[in-house]
Amino acid sequence: MPYIPHTDDDVAAMLAAIGVDSTAELFDEIPDGLRIDALPGIPEALTEAGITRLMRARAGRDGGVVSFLGAGAYEHHIPAAVWEIANRGEFYSAYTPYQAEASQGTLQLIYEFQTMMVGLTGLDVSNASLYDGASALAEACLMAVRGNRKSKSRRVLVSRGVNPVYRAVTHAIVRNQGIELVELPLDAAGSTDIDALTTFDGEDFAAVCLAQPTFLGTIEEADAITDWAHAHDMLVISICNPTSLALLRPPGEWGETGADIACGEGQPLGIPVSSGGPYFGYIVCRKALMRQMPGRIVGRTLDLDGRTGFTLTLQAREQHIRRSKATSNICTNQGLMVTAATIYMSLLGAEGLRRTALQCHANTSLLAGELAQLEGVSVAFDTYFHEAVIRFDRPVPAIVDALGEHDILAGYDLSEHYPELGNALLVCATDARTREEIDAYVAATRTALDRLQAA
Amino acid sequence: MSEPIIFELSQAGRRAPTHAVPEVPAHHIPEALLRDAPPVLPEVSELQVVRHFTRLSQRNFSIDTEFYPLGSCTMKYNPKICNRLAMLPEFLERHPLGDVERGQGFLECMFELQEMLKAVTGMTAISLTPMAGAQGEFAGVAMIRAYHEARGDHERRQIIVPDAAHGTNPATATMCGCTAVEIPTAPDGDVDLDALRRIVGPQTAGIMLTNPSTLGVFERQIIEIAEIVHAAGGLLYYDGANLNAILGRVFPADMGFDVIHINLHKTFSTPHGGGGPGSGVVGVNDRLAPFLPVPIVGRAGADRFVWLTEKERPQTIGRLSAFMGNAGILLRAYVYIRLLGRDGMRRVSEYATLNANYLMKQLAGAGFDITFSERRASHEFIVSLKGIARETGITAMDFAKALLDRGFHAPTTYFPTLVPECLLIEPTETETRQDLDAFAAALIDIRDQARTDPDEVKAAPRTTPVRRLDDVRAARQLDLVWQGDPDSS
Amino acid sequence: MSEVPANLKYSSDHEWVRLEDDGSVVVGITDHAQAALGELVYVEVPEPGQVFNKGDACIVVESVKAASDVYAPVSGDCQATNSALSDEPELVNQSPYEDGWLVRLQPLAQAELDELMDADAYSRFLAESDS
Repeated sequence: MPYIPHTDDDVAAMLAAIGVDSTAELFDEIPDGLRIDALPGIPEALTEAGITRLMRARAGRDGGVVSFLGAGAYEHHIPAAVWEIANRGEFYSAYTPYQAEASQGTLQLIYEFQTMMVGLTGLDVSNASLYDGASALAEACLMAVRGNRKSKSRRVLVSRGVNPVYRAVTHAIVRNQGIELVELPLDAAGSTDIDALTTFDGEDFAAVCLAQPTFLGTIEEADAITDWAHAHDMLVISICNPTSLALLRPPGEWGETGADIACGEGQPLGIPVSSGGPYFGYIVCRKALMRQMPGRIVGRTLDLDGRTGFTLTLQAREQHIRRSKATSNICTNQGLMVTAATIYMSLLGAEGLRRTALQCHANTSLLAGELAQLEGVSVAFDTYFHEAVIRFDRPVPAIVDALGEHDILAGYDLSEHYPELGNALLVCATDARTREEIDAYVAATRTALDRLQAA
Repeated sequence: MSEPIIFELSQAGRRAPTHAVPEVPAHHIPEALLRDAPPVLPEVSELQVVRHFTRLSQRNFSIDTEFYPLGSCTMKYNPKICNRLAMLPEFLERHPLGDVERGQGFLECMFELQEMLKAVTGMTAISLTPMAGAQGEFAGVAMIRAYHEARGDHERRQIIVPDAAHGTNPATATMCGCTAVEIPTAPDGDVDLDALRRIVGPQTAGIMLTNPSTLGVFERQIIEIAEIVHAAGGLLYYDGANLNAILGRVFPADMGFDVIHINLHKTFSTPHGGGGPGSGVVGVNDRLAPFLPVPIVGRAGADRFVWLTEKERPQTIGRLSAFMGNAGILLRAYVYIRLLGRDGMRRVSEYATLNANYLMKQLAGAGFDITFSERRASHEFIVSLKGIARETGITAMDFAKALLDRGFHAPTTYFPTLVPECLLIEPTETETRQDLDAFAAALIDIRDQARTDPDEVKAAPRTTPVRRLDDVRAARQLDLVWQGDPDSS
Repeated sequence: MSEVPANLKYSSDHEWVRLEDDGSVVVGITDHAQAALGELVYVEVPEPGQVFNKGDACIVVESVKAASDVYAPVSGDCQATNSALSDEPELVNQSPYEDGWLVRLQPLAQAELDELMDADAYSRFLAESDS
């Protein structure tokens, strides 16, 4: 019986102590008509060896591609120490740190994480994580609507440069509270159209959301947009790739007074792409908005003997106390992923993270530059972080398929969400990609284009 | 002994060089957009990192090290094999937006997980996307709202919750643009049916219930409750937090629930991770199936699996995450279910209930006040320490701290709020009788000490890395970010 | 035995009301209430100018373990709030009737003031609710 330690003697003694003849009697309060005797829809148990064989076979169908796909999840080299430590049972099988004295490891780690996120973003207070970048944006919008003292608006401006799936998720989550998202268009350079901002003059919005870099890899003129937003009583929400924060000017330094809420996806910080999750969302805000921030927050304090210790604080915002008036319903967040991220950031430091960012930028530049040498291929935008939009003179799916035959995951087809870009592919060459792999991509593309041309 | 903050170990210029890649210029980024000063992150060696975080881990209680009878949290053993297989490199390295043809192994696991979760709940459709119980609740209430809206029934904005409900329930109602209205619980632990009959009406969107309830007992009138709510035009939401108690014994669908969320990090043994990641998959019956959050795994042929999205499911409430939920957690749950198999799943509820009833009897026999002593315990039960508190001044919180010194993590305290000075105790099925006996002995010992030397109990814990912490100071003198203070202790 | 000053009026939600010479009222929570809440860590006050009906939640007082609403004992518009509380919420615990005052309201309905309890009635109310 997997994981059940009871011997027959144990069971007999326990039944006797309870005063029943069988375990079935323990379920006698369940109405007869509801009881079921078996679970025919579940297969027979497998042994550890059996399930291992099965999973290896399944995994075997999935491997062996070289990925040039980003679009919100990025493959970086993760030092071995990160998961060796994060997988320790004391981290892995610990509960939410409600009993502070029994959870100083987790609590101190979260305090260090909060400090690192404040350092990266340049804002004041971080929480202990949310589910992912998309839901973090939703929570940031809810926060802005609640917390904007100068505006009662329930509308939020969101740049078209923000990940389209983030926009869809945010809409799914906030619409039930009557909050509307309005799109800000992009300009010819692939970033938010500053000139178009004037069309919204005189209108009331709680906040403006912009991504840095954008989903298309381009870099926003964040200063101008931030100042415009503040001049119009709007809060500024940034969605930043955390690796880029080691290199680019952080949201805390945007414009005159900086962004108000910084959120985004933490996956690039030591978490593998893992088929889509678990990742974690981060959210950092200005001190004035702190009490509107959802999720757990750890504070440092003293114990009875004057020793430094850590505990959950500002809990009155959370569901277990505030119930229907809580800032959010979030309870469990993404604790283990934060553990990994904190170890990753500690191993890399600012310098390591900056160089990783530069390496990604260099690799993508190299790939983009070489592809642009091919006929009918061009790079759409001049300025980018670690993803570039490549334009082709023919539809993208056939090219992606052709590269797939060479076991190359070519990139993200933008035609569904950005049809205005034409035949466009978003490519990403991170620090995990080698020169050889980049060369192989270019060669395979050349072959594919020749073949398609001839056809 | 305290462990320094990692920043206190930093030395300017120290690196862990195996992780630093060569410096290269940024050709396509204008200078003006670059940071002036680097962010403040640690500057430490790899060994320092390993020591620091290893030592931090040793300052935690965990299932791997201590008995952790937290009520409604289901702190059962997290099998190592689940972790290992979920972390097979092909699964870890797979990009979620990669070619579906190169992800068939993963998708097959997900499809089978959907099918097995249907088989265990009696529901007809499952979405794996919600990333925690609270997100599952959000999905559930949002679907209920969508259902009513689709039928032109726009007035239904009230969600009924029992007064003993978990805080996420009313918080979720608010997040979905509804209002939460409470109904009382009767002294025998069941919901007050008269109050329910009075409250339901054309404004009722639905009711959120856990069964067994947060009071640790089976809601015996569930069929009647379902009839009352359905007759009034509302739907029933099942909070699956306590599913461990009835796994393989009762189908939530048979109880009349229209939608359920399952906490995979409880019932299906995925790790608690110090606060997540969890997974709050949702199951629905035919009525709500069109509204399920996407994406869902579908079958397109004997051995081919695909993602079903907004295109195939136009009435969906939408997406709740950027990709498809906590994939790695779903894989762990899949492995767990395959390891247990059909008989193993039923044994879970059998032994969880056996352990809870046994421990309850031991404590009752020792004179502790069991709140529903006349009822069967589900997989958990409540002990009220109100009498002992009045007699000795020692509270449930004091008991919790004293348990830490005896090597046990405390049970849930002060929840449900209906029972003053309570402990909500859930041993789970993976604990031995001997561990349960030791736990009971510890509680008895603390009670004895409360009578003879209460000051000593109040002084607990003494053996943990820190003594009791000043929560008031933590909230009044907010220190949420390390600033490099000169007078650190 | 909690303190119940004779010159104040009281609501059944444990708020006190002091009538000022200019017709406005100052509102706070009673000694009984502050003791029940425990050490306060934060007080959320409304914006001046906001109008409340009697019974509306207008203030939130937070302790470490709970956040409680304080309800407007009479209808009125908020003229001033106690700014000292943002740095020193403990004033409510230490001096609930003086330094720990919460808001000043301009009452909108004289009749509501008469509905409040006097000190004796409130003392009796406290004695009765004690179990």
